[in-house]
Amino acid sequence: MKLTLKVWRQKNNQTLGRLETYVLEEVSEDSSFLEMLDILNEQLIADGQTPVAFDHDCREGICGMCSLTINGIPHGPDGGTTVCQLHMRRFNDGDTITIEPWRARPFPIIKDLVTDRSSFDHIMQAGGFISVRTGSAIDANEIPVPKPVADYAMDAAACIGCGACVAACKNASAMLFTSAKVAQLNSLPQGKPEKDRRVLAMVNAMDEAGFGSCTNYGECSAVCPKEIPLDMIAKLNRDYIVAQTKSIFTKVG
Amino acid sequence: MSALSAIFTTTIGRKVIMALTGIVLVLFVLGHMAGNLLIFVGPDAINAYAYQLHSMPAALLWAIRLFLLVCAGLHIWMAVLLTIASRRARPQSYQQEATVQASYASRTMRMSGIILLAFIVFHIAHYTARIVPGMEYDQSLVEVPLVQGGEVVLKSSGVPVMTFDVHTMMVQGFQVWWVSLFYLIAVGLLCMHLSHGFSSMFQTLGLRNRIWEVRLNRAGLAYGWLIFLGFASIPLAVMAGMIQADPSSSIALVELLK
Repeated sequence: MKLTLKVWRQKNNQTLGRLETYVLEEVSEDSSFLEMLDILNEQLIADGQTPVAFDHDCREGICGMCSLTINGIPHGPDGGTTVCQLHMRRFNDGDTITIEPWRARPFPIIKDLVTDRSSFDHIMQAGGFISVRTGSAIDANEIPVPKPVADYAMDAAACIGCGACVAACKNASAMLFTSAKVAQLNSLPQGKPEKDRRVLAMVNAMDEAGFGSCTNYGECSAVCPKEIPLDMIAKLNRDYIVAQTKSIFTKVG
Repeated sequence: MSALSAIFTTTIGRKVIMALTGIVLVLFVLGHMAGNLLIFVGPDAINAYAYQLHSMPAALLWAIRLFLLVCAGLHIWMAVLLTIASRRARPQSYQQEATVQASYASRTMRMSGIILLAFIVFHIAHYTARIVPGMEYDQSLVEVPLVQGGEVVLKSSGVPVMTFDVHTMMVQGFQVWWVSLFYLIAVGLLCMHLSHGFSSMFQTLGLRNRIWEVRLNRAGLAYGWLIFLGFASIPLAVMAGMIQADPSSSIALVELLK
């Protein structure tokens, strides 16, 4: 199939970027989207041009590295998958495809389609941990976890931290990411001791990083490759309000 | 950070203020609509309702007005602060934009809110302050005796209690085509604003889960339509001639003439 690509090219965070147009004459519809970009890069190298920089790692849909906005939709047109799981058969011969990076101030562009997502790490560092006793590892299943709670925590833990939620949100809000991390740890008994201080610290880190606010319109969940549901955000709000209210009367954390 | 400063400075805190003031405004709108619908009962019913509202102690009346003003003010102020922060969070916009599933109402909350604000200012100037040029509603023309329970209310001196004829004012107001049109557009936008805002309040306050998400979204849509149909029915009925300004048909005047 023949494709016209409009790819965001930007040398670094200090320079302005722009869309460059490339034409690929022969692309197999069985190739993945990232393989298609590999083909483009080989063509660019052969022509003596700089290849397009883009993030990728496992190419199995589980690492959260790949991060392309395709025709305005983070991770492309398929729901519940990452870009690496998107195949060219999803497109038609002669299509024009626009490829852009995640766009958010807390995700500065390093080069072309590669962004620095360490602001997510800062949110995790603020509260994405639990207190455990040192020494030998405790026996598995020593702490009973009710099945619905375990299921809920597992749904939240599915988040791979790719940042598509931020990229899809018109406000560049990181509420879905933060809510998944908070919901995972706050719902399990192991995470209970830091429940209140965790939610306060992680929301604080989220605000400090400069993410926008949630308008509850759900685009984050719609593009999430792990389909983190919106009710995680409701839980984040609930836990935050409870923790903030408690902090009026008692020392939290 | 103390909880009090957090509610005004953090993204979630500001959203909580928007949700809490939103609840007040959502309930006010329902009460306002229910009161207005008394126009279908008859001129005496809506005039007596208006009389009751205005005859409450001035301090209480102004306390309620101030409370509503503070709620609307906080709702707008927080929306402005959050919007500025969100704009800042995306300095470079996408060259190609796309929407996967978000409703039109949820994507246009800011625009529907701004137009609604303009409408509310006009609406208060029009019907409460009555300072819109050409529509001041002459007092001498629209003062009528108060009727409660089908009987004219008399002062101890035997003179009937007079009250402002809200019925005639509403009818005269809505007979102006552009007033009715602006009103219909505004309540249409209100319907949209509420259809997203209603369920959004619960989400922001953390009172939603997977099952209630669907129910609340439907309830929000139903609530928006209820408010729209309730408010829109009045100018439509006036424009269709179903409700007419005819004080001589009022029970009060008939009784007085006896």
